[in-house]
Amino acid sequence: MTETMDQIFVLLKHRILAHSPVSVQPIFSAALSAIAILVVFATLFALTTILERKGLGRFQNRYGPNRVGPFGLLQPLADGLKSLTKEDIVPHSADGVVHMLAPIVLVVAAFLGYAVLPLGRNMTAINLDAGLLYFFAASSVVELAIFMAGWSSRNKYSLLGAMRAIAQMISYEVPLILSTITAVMAAGSLSTGAIVESQTGYSGIWPHWFVFTPWGFAGFVLFMIAGIAESNRSPFDLPEGESEIIAGYFVEYSGFKFALFFLGEYIGMFAICGLAITLFLGGWAAPFSFLTWAPSYFWFFAKLLVLIAMLIWVRATLPRLRMDQLMNFAWKFMLPMALINLFAASTWHFTPPGAIRWIVGTILIAVPYLLLGRGLMQSNKLEKRTYRFAD
Amino acid sequence: MLGEGILKGLAETARNFFGSFVSKERLTTVQFPEERLPQPEAARNFPFLVYDGDDSQAGLRCVACQICEKECPPKCIFIQKSSDKKPDYIGKQQFYPAVFNIDVSVCMSCQICVEVCPFDAIEMDNAFELSTTDRFRGLLWSREQLAKPNSYFHNIHPATAAEVDERLAEAKARAEAKAKPTVAASTTSQPDSQTTTS
Repeated sequence: MTETMDQIFVLLKHRILAHSPVSVQPIFSAALSAIAILVVFATLFALTTILERKGLGRFQNRYGPNRVGPFGLLQPLADGLKSLTKEDIVPHSADGVVHMLAPIVLVVAAFLGYAVLPLGRNMTAINLDAGLLYFFAASSVVELAIFMAGWSSRNKYSLLGAMRAIAQMISYEVPLILSTITAVMAAGSLSTGAIVESQTGYSGIWPHWFVFTPWGFAGFVLFMIAGIAESNRSPFDLPEGESEIIAGYFVEYSGFKFALFFLGEYIGMFAICGLAITLFLGGWAAPFSFLTWAPSYFWFFAKLLVLIAMLIWVRATLPRLRMDQLMNFAWKFMLPMALINLFAASTWHFTPPGAIRWIVGTILIAVPYLLLGRGLMQSNKLEKRTYRFAD
Repeated sequence: MLGEGILKGLAETARNFFGSFVSKERLTTVQFPEERLPQPEAARNFPFLVYDGDDSQAGLRCVACQICEKECPPKCIFIQKSSDKKPDYIGKQQFYPAVFNIDVSVCMSCQICVEVCPFDAIEMDNAFELSTTDRFRGLLWSREQLAKPNSYFHNIHPATAAEVDERLAEAKARAEAKAKPTVAASTTSQPDSQTTTS
């Protein structure tokens, strides 16, 4: 019974495919997976917007939206209808074709990554041998879309936003990819399916997730920080900093194109969270050995919701960084830590299992972290600002 | 240590998050249409015409002197004087406004009409939900819509209303005191006094 529940979507797909001619089965199979992913993640997007707004409200001691439907749950529907009925304005001097293409490219690029995410046991749309490589190649198109939007609008604020976005995303892509290499080293494969398979074991009741090792924990934290920066979310939302450059690269977008940008941003965020789950949090594996009766996709989406909640929490807490702080953080802290983490992970592999390995691994990460942190804090001494006239 | 401040901040927001479900005091939002804060006494939005007694049209204090119409900075008041007269609160014969319109969309809530009115006939209301689906006729308020009883005035601005009532009672007493000796002296002098005051 649990086996059927676990594989119910796979079986359903096979049942549907059995009715189609053999020659079109491969393309039909891909289309079925794509439709499922589109529907599920678009729904998750709608759910997340309301959860985020309500959650942010609670973090700030407010109620959040509670007017549309019971507890405000129909708010995403109202938002969607509103953005659909709004006038779509294209600036007179904008490059019309690129301006129209940018949100489409963004959404398509954001969705491409899902092809290799294992959403459950045997539930990867396309199980590529170099899935991780494909994921990063596809997600780097997002930068192109953002620059298209910023440049084609012919607006100085959008161009500034796009330039910030490019600087930020390229800088953070380095630690993002370097931090994933640790998981690739441990699994010995670039295939996302194989990486999850290597984490499915249990010692007693405890899972073999990579996050429960010193290098895995550091890698997870680095990956999440770089991932937040990569998906342009607060505190790394400089490209769309409302107080400085209005809305950044999508300042000239209105109506449904704006909604598409919003969708693309969230879809990208889910993809990054999904990859973090795949690489470090055991993918679809249950957190304890006695919980394996629950379907694998349930665990994947449960973990995804937890990570989304964490991102909302971070957004509610941290103020936006300044541009120089952002760059300093990427190149002076994230990159060295990612490289050190790589060294720590390789040391872990060549040390025999036991307490020694844990001690060495922890020291190799904790000591550089403390030294690096202290060094950066000292060189960046904060002094009390004095005002001559404003006091 | 690097990251300590971030953890402290996260703890603070988490406290807010869970606290807002536990203690009502944290949530400072007033859920507006259902919950309302009392308005401060000085709150004002749009003028209304005060009437005494029960008849909202006959009891209007306004004598159609048109001072407010002339003084109104955005010119949102329109008054037409009546051709006949009726007695006011002292019993004196006065004109009354045949038409008294104020355009809600033009009024800027400056209260100048109230300041200049020598008869305390126009006062500021604190009702603010004046929206309507008809943006032309619906926003032009006529004499019937503008008239509100003195008791309503007492309700929204008790201090000012009491002051106005006192002033009016004083004027009435003065008029009566003025009228009495003339009545006592000779009955023929009464029309005289009326012509001098009117």
